[in-house]
Amino acid sequence: MARTLWATVKDGTLLAATLVSMRRVLLGYFVSLAIGIPLGVLLARKQLLQETIGSLVVGFQALPSICWLPLALLWFGLNDRAILFVVIMGSLVSVTVAVEDGVKNLAPSYVRAARTMGTWRLPLYTEVLIPASLPALLTGAKLGWAYAWRALMSGELLFVSLGLGHLLMEGRELADMSQVLAVMLVIIGIGLLTDRLVFGLLEQRVHERWGTARA
Amino acid sequence: MAILSVRGVTKRFQGRNGGVKALEDIWLDVDQSEFLILVGPSGCGKSTLLNIIARLEFQDEGEVLMNGQRVVWPGRDRTMVFQDGALFPWLTVQKNVEFGLKRMGVKPRERAERALHYLKLVRLSKFAGSYLHELSGGMRQRVAIARALAVEPQVLLMDEPFSALDALTREDLYEELQDIWQRLGTTVVFVTHNVREAITLGDRVVLLSGRPGRIQEIFPVDILRPRHIDDVDVARMAQQISHAMKSGHARMNEEEYDEDEERTEEIDLLRLLNSSVGHHR
Repeated sequence: MARTLWATVKDGTLLAATLVSMRRVLLGYFVSLAIGIPLGVLLARKQLLQETIGSLVVGFQALPSICWLPLALLWFGLNDRAILFVVIMGSLVSVTVAVEDGVKNLAPSYVRAARTMGTWRLPLYTEVLIPASLPALLTGAKLGWAYAWRALMSGELLFVSLGLGHLLMEGRELADMSQVLAVMLVIIGIGLLTDRLVFGLLEQRVHERWGTARA
Repeated sequence: MAILSVRGVTKRFQGRNGGVKALEDIWLDVDQSEFLILVGPSGCGKSTLLNIIARLEFQDEGEVLMNGQRVVWPGRDRTMVFQDGALFPWLTVQKNVEFGLKRMGVKPRERAERALHYLKLVRLSKFAGSYLHELSGGMRQRVAIARALAVEPQVLLMDEPFSALDALTREDLYEELQDIWQRLGTTVVFVTHNVREAITLGDRVVLLSGRPGRIQEIFPVDILRPRHIDDVDVARMAQQISHAMKSGHARMNEEEYDEDEERTEEIDLLRLLNSSVGHHR
């Protein structure tokens, strides 16, 4: 069984599908970070924003990312942009909420100390608030990644072509067990890899500096 | 020449039981290079006054002048050392000290030089590359002092900086702080609830009474420096100020002398002798 697995897979389709999926998820993920992190910080700091957009964000949290797919298809049509939209929306909210939480719960003494050092506006955000909430940011990043990946998979499974999800469905339609399993293994592998290599290393750095996770 | 002037400052807090005056009509002048102490029981408004000088809080009435000019915002001319240090754990010790300098636009090489200079002053230059969690509480406060001094402020504000430290570390820091102060000539405004600490360090001790927060009395301290917390003169004056505090219907914790039983007895004996025989210099 393993042999057919290997054989079926080695003809390059698996690799191609992986690359397609990875490209989509990475692009969507980084866009969601680029929007979510500043948004989270602003929501935490500006009362006005919190009262207006804040509830909207919380509302979106309740919406499973796959629910964005019909809207995306209507808006963007049957292409990559639709799936990208779904990935972004899936990840964005969790990043924003985690970041907002982290910044809100910062010890006020950081800001006060920074103020007495003459720190205002942009430097206050980039040099103090964001580094100070790095542990929370990391949590948000991990969550965002998980949701981005799920959004991508549900999108690819249901509809869009060419990615791993599609390959998975194809395997089902062709009654090809080895293909199905192969795809699943790849997905698991990617998950482990990102967790250990990427997030693991980042968390290591944070622990080194902050002295956390010692006990 | 007064470098810092507090004029008629009043601060009110609105509680659920009506308003309370945290500070009422405070008038205070601080001279250049003076080491001024604000002392009083908890809740007397001393930290509030310091925050108002730092512009971390704002008064309801009155004004704060620095060199004759009204101060509006927090700034590097009045840096503050906080009780919990408020250092940045994501930066090394050196980068922490450099923080204010970086905000001033000082170039990296000069920043590093100045940071190391001040770290040497607090005797921590060996730890320049360490992270905060590798340091003890006393060391961290010294870093906080170095950070506040590195931008060469006109006034150094200190809000109970040693209250969270053990007695032995505190004594080391009293010596170090007096030494640094005498070398740099910076004006210092220091808040504490510990009367002996106040007398050990200050040129003048301003006693505040609470609710409403008013200046009860100002005590000039003429004792020769360097002073130590267990000097007899310090202890005697501490008694005087503590009495004033109690007579002002204020409660207060005098420092607990928990380490050396013998020394306490010795001081008690000396007090007894002094009070019965009379003062002599």
